[in-house]
Amino acid sequence: MIEICHLSKKFGKLEVLNDVSLNCAPGQCIALIGPNGCGKTTLIKSILGMVIPTAGTIFFKDKNISRDFHYRHMIGYMPQKGRYPDNMTIGQVIEMIKDIRGNEEKLDEQLIEDFGLNEILDKRMRTLSGGTTQKVSASLAFLFNPEVLILDEPTAGLDPLAAEILKEKIIAENKKGRLIFITSHLLSELDDLVTHVVLMQEGEIKFHMPTSSLKDQTKTTSLAKAITYVLKNDHVQ
Amino acid sequence: MFNKIQRFIVADILKNRIVLAYTLLLAVLSWSVFSLEDDSHKGILTLLNIVLLTTPLVSIIFTTIYLYNSAEFIELLLSQPIRRRKIWNGLFFGLFFSLALAFFIGAGIPIVLFVPVQTALILVVMGILITAVFVALGFLCAILSRDKARGIGVAILLWLFFSLLFDGLVLFLLFQFSDYPIEKAMVGVSALNPIDLARIFIILQLDVSAMLGYTGAIFKDFFGTVAGTGIGFALLCMWIIVPYLASLRMFVRKDL
Repeated sequence: MIEICHLSKKFGKLEVLNDVSLNCAPGQCIALIGPNGCGKTTLIKSILGMVIPTAGTIFFKDKNISRDFHYRHMIGYMPQKGRYPDNMTIGQVIEMIKDIRGNEEKLDEQLIEDFGLNEILDKRMRTLSGGTTQKVSASLAFLFNPEVLILDEPTAGLDPLAAEILKEKIIAENKKGRLIFITSHLLSELDDLVTHVVLMQEGEIKFHMPTSSLKDQTKTTSLAKAITYVLKNDHVQ
Repeated sequence: MFNKIQRFIVADILKNRIVLAYTLLLAVLSWSVFSLEDDSHKGILTLLNIVLLTTPLVSIIFTTIYLYNSAEFIELLLSQPIRRRKIWNGLFFGLFFSLALAFFIGAGIPIVLFVPVQTALILVVMGILITAVFVALGFLCAILSRDKARGIGVAILLWLFFSLLFDGLVLFLLFQFSDYPIEKAMVGVSALNPIDLARIFIILQLDVSAMLGYTGAIFKDFFGTVAGTGIGFALLCMWIIVPYLASLRMFVRKDL
């Protein structure tokens, strides 16, 4: 569904992505992990067209995404740190995005209800705590039933209850055959969510494989242990 | 008439206190100038100088600050299925429309009421064109630097240059080359400053070009003709189009 071919990105002299290739199919729930500054967010933003790659191409459903924007109808994006216009209320932000997307398909307002955003629709964005802002971001990402979900550190800043609601939503969407990207540093949290793992280091992809075979190869039972094992021993096929 | 983004931005700016204050300031200035001055020609000249000082300043600074403060809004829109070009155009028309409306309500209405029709028309059109020029320059300032302080600094310098320094430089050149026939060259030099272009248009309208001396006669010869007027207008439009298109080009390729 998403095919990334030999993608490179330089910010000045700094090489953030170096010849990255990746192929993702529907129904996969992919954990994108790696140390800080390894290029995860840049990769995600390239898929969204927010960062323009120095070289390489990205195909979304076999169509090149450069200079296109229609494909973003099929993506729901939850940023690491959502930033919204200060003076708008939650309700206005949601209405504006609905207005812009103009989807006639059924909206998925489950998260808005589950997070209790309905009761605080008239609160202004600048008065919200970091966690509540994250709830708004998550609700917006899921609102339009997108085929691809890109979640950048989705549970960071959420309280345990909200994190659980979000995780269940992610699992439910994945069961419907959606392609989901998650970046997170909380490996233990990813364990019951993801089907595949992509490990990035210094702008390169070390591997992309199903969680089960990663666990088999490293002879470990949890994702956290498997990754630690790989990072220490530095090889896996 | 407006698309969704433009509608949102216009609604947002018209509620802005600075724009309201700007409208009020222009209104107070124009009404008092016309009420105190019996001769509407003198009133226009006074108003002209005030307008040519405040309109560029407010337009360029407000635009630059607004764009920096909209960084979040732009980011939010970028992850949605919208063409980048459309976001930038929306911002431009939203800002231009709101500031031009503020100018029209503040200064345009008294001008239309107190000044003969043809002169009033030129004054209002020039005010709106100058607004557009400095909104476009504000877009260029905002895209050139990621750093807010530097961007606003450049905006202030540009305003200072076109409002004050440029005239100083021209005077300096005039004195240095006063032995040579440089009057014709002055017409060319004036094209390098949109504020001067607007000023010349209005002064010629008022038939006080004699005040400009021999250079004024040359100006009248050139800008007084239909072709000259056309060229003058085209130059002012270039001052809008070139900076805006440059900023658009940079925005389309920018990493956010």
